[in-house]
Order: sequence, then C-alpha cells, then structure tokens
Amino acid sequence: MNMIDKIYWIPLLPLLGFLINGLGRNFLSKTVTAIIGSGVLLLSFALSIFVFINVSKEGFVPEHISYFSFINISNLVVPFEFQVDQLTAVFLLIITGVGFLIHLYSTSYMHEEESNSYARYFSYLNLFVFSMLLLVMGGNYVIMFMGWEGVGLCSYLLIGFWFKNNDYNNAAKKAFIMNRIGDLGFILGIFWLIHAFGTTSYNNLFDPLSGIHSTITAKGTTVLTGISLLLFIGAMGKSAQIPLYTWLPDAMAGPTPVSALIHAATMVTAGIYMIARSNTIYTLAPFTMSFVAIIGLATAVFAAVIALRQNDIKKVLAYSTVSQLGYMFLGLGVGAYSAAVFHVMTHAFFKALLFLAAGSVIHALGGEQDIRKMGGLGKKMKITYTTFFIACLAIAGIPPFSGFFSKDEILSAAYASSPVLYIIGIAGALLTAFYMFRLLSMTFAGKFRGTDEQLHHVHESPAAITFALICLAILSAIGGLVGIPEIFAKNADRLGDFLAPVFADSDKILATNPVPHQTEMMLMGVSSVIIIAVCIWAWNKFKKYDGTEKEQGAFAKAMANKFYVDEIYDAIIVKPLKVLSAILDNVIEKSGIDALVNGVGRAVNYTGRQIRLLQSGYVGNYILLMVVGLLLFLIIQLFSK
Amino acid sequence: MPEIKWYIFLAVALFCIGVVGALTRRNSIIVFLCIELMLNSVNLLLVAFSKMHMTGKLGNALSAMDAQIFVFFIMIVAAAEVSVGLAIIVMMYRNTKSIDINFLNRLKN
Repeated sequence: MNMIDKIYWIPLLPLLGFLINGLGRNFLSKTVTAIIGSGVLLLSFALSIFVFINVSKEGFVPEHISYFSFINISNLVVPFEFQVDQLTAVFLLIITGVGFLIHLYSTSYMHEEESNSYARYFSYLNLFVFSMLLLVMGGNYVIMFMGWEGVGLCSYLLIGFWFKNNDYNNAAKKAFIMNRIGDLGFILGIFWLIHAFGTTSYNNLFDPLSGIHSTITAKGTTVLTGISLLLFIGAMGKSAQIPLYTWLPDAMAGPTPVSALIHAATMVTAGIYMIARSNTIYTLAPFTMSFVAIIGLATAVFAAVIALRQNDIKKVLAYSTVSQLGYMFLGLGVGAYSAAVFHVMTHAFFKALLFLAAGSVIHALGGEQDIRKMGGLGKKMKITYTTFFIACLAIAGIPPFSGFFSKDEILSAAYASSPVLYIIGIAGALLTAFYMFRLLSMTFAGKFRGTDEQLHHVHESPAAITFALICLAILSAIGGLVGIPEIFAKNADRLGDFLAPVFADSDKILATNPVPHQTEMMLMGVSSVIIIAVCIWAWNKFKKYDGTEKEQGAFAKAMANKFYVDEIYDAIIVKPLKVLSAILDNVIEKSGIDALVNGVGRAVNYTGRQIRLLQSGYVGNYILLMVVGLLLFLIIQLFSK
Repeated sequence: MPEIKWYIFLAVALFCIGVVGALTRRNSIIVFLCIELMLNSVNLLLVAFSKMHMTGKLGNALSAMDAQIFVFFIMIVAAAEVSVGLAIIVMMYRNTKSIDINFLNRLKN
C-alpha cells in the first residue's frame, strides 16, 4: 500500500482531535479527552512511520500532491499542495513521535485541571500539531506560512493557557508580537519570491532543471540575498535568535509540556526547517549564509552566558534552547544543512526530555521552579533523575550520547568554514556543559533546601510521565547513532545519506574542503575531554551549594539579569513607541481628529439654531417667504436668458 | 376688445392686492379672500390671453380654448379649497374663539 496517497490523514487527525475536544470540552470526561487527544497523535505517528518507510525505499522521488487551487489570481496560482520528501519525513517523525510522548505526559501532568480546561488544553495542543504538520508538509511557501502562523497562534494560546495570571498573558502577547515582527519579514520574502519567480511551489523553485538554480547561476545576486535575508528575519522571530529571542524565556509561563513541545522540540525549529527547505536560495546567497552563521553563533554563546546565572529551572532550559537553536543556525550558515536537521532531531529528544523531567520535578514540588530551593531530589525521584542525567550528558555533548554526534557535526562543519567559528562554538559548548551540570547538581544533588512539607510530598511521578521520560531518555542516548561521522565508521552517517537528495543542489554549489580525519579526531577528543572536565567541575562546585548568596560582581549581576536586554528593548523601542502614541493620542487625536469631528457637529448645531429663527410660527411670514421665493425664481428666469 | 395690456394691468393689480392682503392681514377670512383674489386674477389673465389668440386658423383657436377650460378647473379647485378652508376657519374659531392667524403658532419651537 502506498501511504503517500493517504498522507492528508496525518494532519487531518490532529485537526479532528482539535475539533472534537474543542467543541465537546464541556461534556467530554477527562479520560475521553485524553484518549482522543493523544490517540490521534499515535495514529498520525503510525502513519508517519509508514510514510518514512515509503520514503526510505530505493529510488524514491519527492512526491507533490496537489489537492485544490488555493489562490488563483491572474498569473499567480497557489495550489493547496503537500510535498513529501526526506526532510518532511524526518520532521513528521519528530513532530508526531515527540508530540505523542508529550501528549501522553500531559494526560497526567494536567490532570488537576478542570475537565473543560483540560479539554481546552488538548484541543490547543492538537491544533498546534496540525499547524506544525501543515508547516512541514506544505508544498509551497504559502502553505508553510499558514502553518507558521498557526503554530504562532497556538503558542500564544498555550503560553497564556492560565489566563487568569496577567503576567502570563503579557508573556503570551510578547511572544505573539515578537513573532509578528519576524513574520512580517517572512511574508515580504514570500512576496519578493512571487515577484521574482512567479511561484512559491518548491517543486517549481527547486527543480534541478527549471528552478532557481538553472536561471540564476551567479552567487550573491540581489534578489536571492534579499529574499533569503527576509526569510531569515522570519526564522529569527520563530526560532528565537538575536535580536528577537527575548520572547522564548518568557514563554515558559505556559504549562511545562507546552514548553517541551512548542518551545523546545518543534515550533522553534520551524526556522531551521524553513532554511533547510530553502537551502538552494541560501547557498546562492553567501552573504546571508555568513550572516546566519554569525547570528547563530552569537545567539548560541550569548544565551549560554545568560543561562549560567538563571535560577528558574525552566528559564535555564529556555536559554539553553535559544543557545542550541543558535548552533543549528550556525550549522545552516556554514552549509551543513543535514547536520542542522540532525541537531534538530537530537535536540528534540533531549530538550523535550529535559523539560518533561523538569516538569516532573516541578510537579513533585507542587509548582516550585527555583533551583535554589531544590536539591537532593535524586534519591527520591530516581527515574526523573536518571533521565535528566542522560539528557544532560546528551546536551553537553559527551560521547556517545546523541548531542555529541549532532553538535560535533555542526562544529566540524564550522571548522571547515573557519576555525574562529569553531573556537567560539566550542566555548559555547563548554558553557552549555557548565550550566547544564549546575542545573543537574543544584536540583538533584546535595541536600534539600525547600520546606519540610515539600520534602514530605516529594514522590516519583506517575507512569504516564515516567514512560514518556524513559522513551525520550532512550532516544537521547542512542538517537545520535543514526549520524555517526565517517571517521568512526564508513557509511554510518545514515541520516546524512538519507537527507542528501534534499540538499543535493546545495552540496554541488558549495565547495567543501573536508577536515582531515586526524584533525577532526584530535579536535573531537580534546573538546570531549574538556567538556567532561567542565561537567565534573560544575557538578562538584554546585553539589555543595547551600542556599547562601554570595556577593555578586557587576558582570555576574548583569548575567543574572539577562544583560538587561528586556530593559534595553523597553527603553529604546517600547518607551519611544509609547511616547509617540501618547503624542498621537493627545495632539493628533484630540486636537486634530476629535476637533474636526466635534467642529462639524458644532457647525451643524449653530447653523440649525440660526436657521430655526425663520420658523417664526406666523403664517404671514411663511407666505412672505413663499412670495419672495417665487419672485426670486421669476427674476432668475427673466435674467438667465 | 381693448388692448391686451389693460387686462394685464388689471390682473397684476388684483394679484398684488391679493399678495399684500394675504401678507399683511391677520384676519383669516380676509387672508382667504385675498388668496381667492389672486386665483381670480390669474383666471382673468388666462381668459384674456385665450380671447387674444382666438383668431386665424381653426387649430390655433382650438388650442386657445384650452386656457378657458383650464379656468374652469381652477374655479372648481378654488371652490373645493373654499369649502375646506372655511371648515378649517370654523374649527379654528370653535377652538380658539378667534380667527387671528397669528394665533396658530403652537408648533413653533
């Protein structure tokens, strides 16, 4: 059976789940909601596996399935179409697979909610998965944009899920508005694309014979540089890169599984997907490539530095996500597209795991998120602790855990491009190792620093939670084995080979000078040793943490306060805008528009009052006026000839 | 038949008397009479012009007859108007014990 014909079921199922749970939220029981909510994801996952098997068959050519004409205006035809190729297949597996585990986890995590908000939660989550699937399956940029906006909407809804807390609402609004800035760039990029090439379909744009590559052979043309930069602005917003990253840490206001699914595993990687999908455009725009690499690297290091001093368990993970996304953009920027996708995959595993384990901890402590008030939880929550530990090893990049392979692939590509990028990248990796083990140590090692009551209540989470944790832990541990670099084993980079057809054009254009194997081996060895040393150092340093606050230096204080970026944005963008709107409100609105409107009203009133005097009530006056009028007509008649 | 201008002078004089009377007098019966005067001055004018054109060809004479037919219409309408108008004046007198038209200014303001 060819699953590709039935592929529309993959996004349709979550949409159905959304409709059922959304419409029936007032009368469906929690059990039914949970079964529908995660059941549709399980089915989608099963279908995705079939699709993946189909795609990985020998001699597969990318399929374009056009369903109906979506936009049809004179020369512009945008069909509603799906494209299925290797890149889509990988993302389908990540989204539905990790999505299912997170749905499963949520059934237990959100169980204390009332049944209608429980259903609301699942319907939003299903809608999110639907939009995300639309984003990765869409066969042109317009469909991708629909999904892109859909995930943004769901992100907003879920960040503000507990809408009775106004801080959460503000965080939701911030995320939405920040994304909107990026989306503006994205949509302008699409317009330019339509203007320049008359189509947005991937199969037209990226066709090896008649696509962009055949019409534009020179690198760095204005058109492609412009389009790629505009698209990248969209990616900056969605994937939280400097300067549009500040929404992501605030987005942690949402429920923890939401942070895991949307703000770590899937939605924020939409930007990476988009650039990987448009790899031909980017490869032909070297300026944008280096721009992407620099932004990515800067974000990776900057966010890692901020993460060093955060005390909220979810904030640390949020900054870590920003930082890891930076690595992915570094990979894209140096042309290692498949490495970036590889990192998306491993990151989805270990970051989802970190968030879910953090959620398990928060759940056990009754909502406590401050790691200064944790400690010593390792003994009480063995499964959470072990899985969290595995995730830390993976994100720190310790061999042979998954993060090691993907991060190494990106960094060695960076080395091939420029050793400077590599060194800064490694510095960021060391920071990552440090803050992750600081987090691990402060949460699970040492002695408990919370209240006795909390300590009494600490327990391992229920099976639905631990099952998801264990699955993700296994994936985090061995997920990297699909992309073993060539220096360890010949032809073991299965993911890279699998994705190769998608990036074939770019690989032809990019002249790669592979790093000598000895150099790569040496770099890998040295960096691994240093990272392990940093991990042990951080572990021991924070094991002894007893809750005392040390005097902080100015720099440390700046770090703890996120380098005052929010305050700076507030001062240079938000405040001037508010002042401007106050001016517009007081001057233009009050003395301009209001004055005009009121003036018209007053003039009508005044003339009415004057003309009213003609209505004297005396019949004689009326007759006089009539006669005068008739005479006037007569005179006009006489003199107009 | 005298010159047409005398008829016109007479009609204009009657009309002006009617207008001035309607404008200046407060007694509604007099105002009413003045309106009738104006109507009749117009009738006079119509008849005079009709008579003036009643020469020459048959077609011409027939169309000149129209004016005289029109006069009858005006007289009929005036008669109807008189019946309504006098009824109003009677009702007005019953209600206000007066036939002063300036008394009828209650709709003012």
